[in-house]
Amino acid sequence: MEFSLYDFSSFTAWIDSSLRASMSPGWAVAVEMILIGIAILIFYALVGLFLVYAERKVCALMQNRLGPNRVGPGGVFQTIADLVKLLFVELVPIKNADRVLFNVAPFIVIIASFMAIGAIPFAKGLQAIDLNIGVFYLMAISSMGVIGVLLAGWASNNKYSLIGAMRSGAQIVSYELSVGLALVTMVVLAGTMQLSEIIEGQRWGWFIFKGHIPAVIAFVIYIIAGTAETNRGPFDLAEAESELTAGYHTEYSGIKFAFFFLAEYMNMFIVAAIAATVFFGGWMPFHVYGWDGFNAVMDFIPPFVWFIAKTFGIVFLMMWLKWTFPRLRIDQLLTLEWKYLLPINIFNLLLMAFLVLTGLHW
Amino acid sequence: MEEPIKAPVPEQEEYVINMGPQHPSTHGVLRLVVSLKGEIVQNVQPHIGYIHRGIEKMCESITYPQIIHLTDRMDYLSAHINNEAVCLAVEKALGIEVSDRVKVIRTILSELTRIQSHQLFWATFGMDLGGLTCFFYGLRDREKVLDIFEETCGGRMIVSYNCPGGLMNDIHPNFQKRTKEFIKYFRDTLPEYDRLLTGNVIFQERLKNIGTVTREQAIAWGLTGPVGRASGLSCDVRKHNPYSAYDRVTFNEIIYNEGDSFHRYKVRMDEMWESMNIIEQLIDNIPSGAYAEKMKPVIKLPEGEYWQSVETARGELGVYIVSDGNKNPYRVKFRSPNFVHLAPLNLMSQGAKIADLVAINGSLDLIIPDIDR
Repeated sequence: MEFSLYDFSSFTAWIDSSLRASMSPGWAVAVEMILIGIAILIFYALVGLFLVYAERKVCALMQNRLGPNRVGPGGVFQTIADLVKLLFVELVPIKNADRVLFNVAPFIVIIASFMAIGAIPFAKGLQAIDLNIGVFYLMAISSMGVIGVLLAGWASNNKYSLIGAMRSGAQIVSYELSVGLALVTMVVLAGTMQLSEIIEGQRWGWFIFKGHIPAVIAFVIYIIAGTAETNRGPFDLAEAESELTAGYHTEYSGIKFAFFFLAEYMNMFIVAAIAATVFFGGWMPFHVYGWDGFNAVMDFIPPFVWFIAKTFGIVFLMMWLKWTFPRLRIDQLLTLEWKYLLPINIFNLLLMAFLVLTGLHW
Repeated sequence: MEEPIKAPVPEQEEYVINMGPQHPSTHGVLRLVVSLKGEIVQNVQPHIGYIHRGIEKMCESITYPQIIHLTDRMDYLSAHINNEAVCLAVEKALGIEVSDRVKVIRTILSELTRIQSHQLFWATFGMDLGGLTCFFYGLRDREKVLDIFEETCGGRMIVSYNCPGGLMNDIHPNFQKRTKEFIKYFRDTLPEYDRLLTGNVIFQERLKNIGTVTREQAIAWGLTGPVGRASGLSCDVRKHNPYSAYDRVTFNEIIYNEGDSFHRYKVRMDEMWESMNIIEQLIDNIPSGAYAEKMKPVIKLPEGEYWQSVETARGELGVYIVSDGNKNPYRVKFRSPNFVHLAPLNLMSQGAKIADLVAINGSLDLIIPDIDR
């Protein structure tokens, strides 16, 4: 079998065929599922650890600091040290809390982000499941996390938590619309919801270039709404530190807190990964039609690297937003969504449909 | 542990939360019992006294030079100005005229104190509103002022540099050079503050028309300092009742008429420029002379009542000393601006959101140890 950095489908096909050769098809699928689960789990942990470290370094960069620099070279093991600490922290039982919901909430949040990872195409052939409604699936799954947040706030029996959870509910449900409409705009351009086809459609120009102004507007709206959906940056009302101490996860400690923490970062990664896929071509290298030499050089860079570079570029943008802007107030947050983003979005969708119908897009 | 919340906070239909005594945005051990209806603040009841040390009572059993070290601990960001207030009161009572050198040095240090206090205000105010980066920018520049203090006064925050009759020590030889370097540096970095926060749309939207105080209300509630001046009330003690060297410098009293949180912030930002102007006028010509007058070993104030008010970074600080002719005062009363500013918090924040309450609280720039004393 030839292993290629540029096309993982031969690699996965080899695993599949060798498994099927040695066991019944049913068992082969079961083993494959477990393998994929383990692979995603490892990837999830690695990206989570890296993102927490990256956030610290980026925030230090913005704030004239050095950031973590004691544990390991450049402080790279700081997050691992923190994780070990969190593992040993006592899980404080809360008086009069709803035990079941209190314990279930962090798992709902983390499972929601976990499931989204499965549909994201990391490179050619490196995608756990290529659904024909991929975009729809991602939107549906990523909006599941709010249930966990609401449950956490409700079950904690803490007044701050409840305010945080209610804020979060209002916020995520509102901004879900903008995320959805921005993605629908791009689906209109792509003509498909299948992520692999969306990427294939960007071989000769990423959608942000192809879609003219509507695509750029959709991208800006997506980044704003995506940041809001992940409860980050200027939209971190649900955990507004200076108002609600820590919002919905005030009462959580130890590993349960770590779950919320990790899920927040992974949600950021997922939002950025979707943006990279839909607007910037996912793993597709940068091609210019007719420039064969240039395209060959671009193709030389593995798709996985392209994907990660684009995703972390957008992650950096979101971190930049977070560390620069003050927080919005709840009424301003909802005004922004319902009075500005939503009308612009609907108009933008019509504009995009017009462009596609008249064939003005390139 | 926590006593139940009693009237006048009605329990029915209201969501009562306890902000503090340990809460990130109360800047100390202030406890606000907030009644909410959804996100809307119905009533705010401040509970003070968590850091009450009985400073006024302690003053009655110690001598005048010792009182100075207690005043540092009231409004710790205006430590130098607090010291100055007591010294001025004692000097006035004794009829001592300090040398010009002392006056000028006191004025320069007071203005440096004002700058570092406003820097910390800017830093924490940004943080209250969720802009965490401001905190580091503000503290970065504040360090430079504190270094100047450290060199000359020995202390960084709790300076205790004044004493009745002058100063504890002469200024450090580097003082003028370091101060000029700082002014030059800060003239470049202060616009950075505006670029990061003042011009930000979210920031302005969060603050404009929030916690508005009219001029009449400001007078009725006794608001002074930046809070009063943002409401159009001309109340700068440095202008109206000049002490130390303020009569020989020219500066503008910053006054805005809007009276909202944003303009309270603006007053402080502009005051930093004015403070730098004042320092620049004085730093190059510090007169020579004694850094302290010759005082008797035991200071006894003649019988009577003495009042001196100064302009701290937060407003008018009044020192009222009643002496019965002994070496320690019969009674000392401090009129602290923060205590007065906390009182109208309830009226200012009724009907606002929780986030506004944090913003209003931040824009008042309260120092809790000064409230409790």
